[in-house]
Amino acid sequence: MIEVKDIVKTFGDNHVLSGINATFKAGKNNLIIGSSGSGKTTLLKCIVGLHDPTKGDVFYDAENFTNMNFEERVPIRKQIGMLFQNSALFDSMTVEQNIIFPLNLFTNMSAAEKRDRANFCLERVNLVGKNSLYPSELSGGMKKRVGIARAISMQPKYLFVDEPNSGLDPKTAILIDELINEITEDFKTTTVIVTHDMNSVMGIGDHIIFLHNGEKWWEGTNHEIAHTDNAELNSFVFASPFMKAAREKL
Amino acid sequence: MFTSLGRYILLLRLSFRKPEKFSVYWAEIMREMVSIGIGSLGIVAIISVFIGAVATIQTAFQLISNLIPKTVVGSITRDSMVLEFSPTITALVLAGRVGSSIASQIGTMRVTEQIDALEIMGVNAPGYLISPKVISGVTMIPLLVIVSVFLGLTGGYIACAASNDVTTADYIAGLKDSFNPIAATVCAVKAMTFGFIITSVCAYQGFYTSGGALEVGQSATRGVVYSCVAILFADLVISRLLL
Repeated sequence: MIEVKDIVKTFGDNHVLSGINATFKAGKNNLIIGSSGSGKTTLLKCIVGLHDPTKGDVFYDAENFTNMNFEERVPIRKQIGMLFQNSALFDSMTVEQNIIFPLNLFTNMSAAEKRDRANFCLERVNLVGKNSLYPSELSGGMKKRVGIARAISMQPKYLFVDEPNSGLDPKTAILIDELINEITEDFKTTTVIVTHDMNSVMGIGDHIIFLHNGEKWWEGTNHEIAHTDNAELNSFVFASPFMKAAREKL
Repeated sequence: MFTSLGRYILLLRLSFRKPEKFSVYWAEIMREMVSIGIGSLGIVAIISVFIGAVATIQTAFQLISNLIPKTVVGSITRDSMVLEFSPTITALVLAGRVGSSIASQIGTMRVTEQIDALEIMGVNAPGYLISPKVISGVTMIPLLVIVSVFLGLTGGYIACAASNDVTTADYIAGLKDSFNPIAATVCAVKAMTFGFIITSVCAYQGFYTSGGALEVGQSATRGVVYSCVAILFADLVISRLLL
């Protein structure tokens, strides 16, 4: 479980996050949604430690992550897997080298064990046999899947996903969502997903936080979101005519 | 300026933290040594031969007189190559070749979130990315400078053989004449210092890149310009202190 308490983040005079409180539950897909510029990615970066919050604390299973120094954070970071918006695969490495990179640094596994682990992860994301390809030889959807394979190579306890569906066709986007959902269920990870894709929200949103202008405006599940009377959330979720029509049928 | 200097020193301190796993860092150092050393051998060889040849021709042009022994051309070419041309010109060329590559490589990793990915994994990103490059620069650039000295002197020999100004025998005699070992020490100190400057300054510029492709290019340019200025300044300081 991850808890964020009263997170404030400012960049100079720009107040990006204003006192966010939230709990992200284990074994669930926790979605952070909101329009562009609402502070979703900044909140995610504060949670994983890429940004230091101006005020407030982040707790990983009751351990205060914000107050830790680099060395103290390493044991928690070894339990974190993250899929970046643009996958962030290491260009100079093959798919297999990308996946075994954290294993090389933090485990004493033999070469055969690491290869087996890479093959297991690739099988998990339906990319069997792509071990020797370089990121430049992969499509956008394949890069995302390799990113997921790398994220799960250390069997993480916490999985963070930034805009998993951006730049993907609807069919591939649904496959990625299903994959994240399966991993969350199978590995019982605390999964935090930043998205503004409504298919993801309705499909895998076990627990949703809606941010607006850096503040938390709403919290609930994908079943509750369709019946909310929160005006800002409604204008975000049901912005398209298709979603408006779908709501009327609900 | 002081803020940048402070950030540069702090980044270097972070770069030389204890590695997560020595074997992984060692492999990186070897890879960088091949990239910096073997990868730069061609360009260093070409410029060294030509600089040596030109230095010999121009020295001969200015010093040919019945009052000056012809062997002095070889001595001046040797000292010029050892003290100045090989370390400094090689370093300036390598700032362009190696430095821009380091700044753009690290800068691209920054803007494509690859450095963030390293940090999320718990890897000391400055250590993993910068220390192997600095270690490789400090070890390989002196070796390249040694190669440059020998090729420069060979270039001088070729220039003598191709012209009638100085005979090759006089040139060789000049090379052997009264060599002061302090010149070799100065050459080694300069080469190691320049290797450190090129790799660390360009890595710093790349590491703090923000934005996109345009900013990566700007970081590479800044890295090359700043390291060239720092090389010339360090050249002056080392020459003043050691000679």
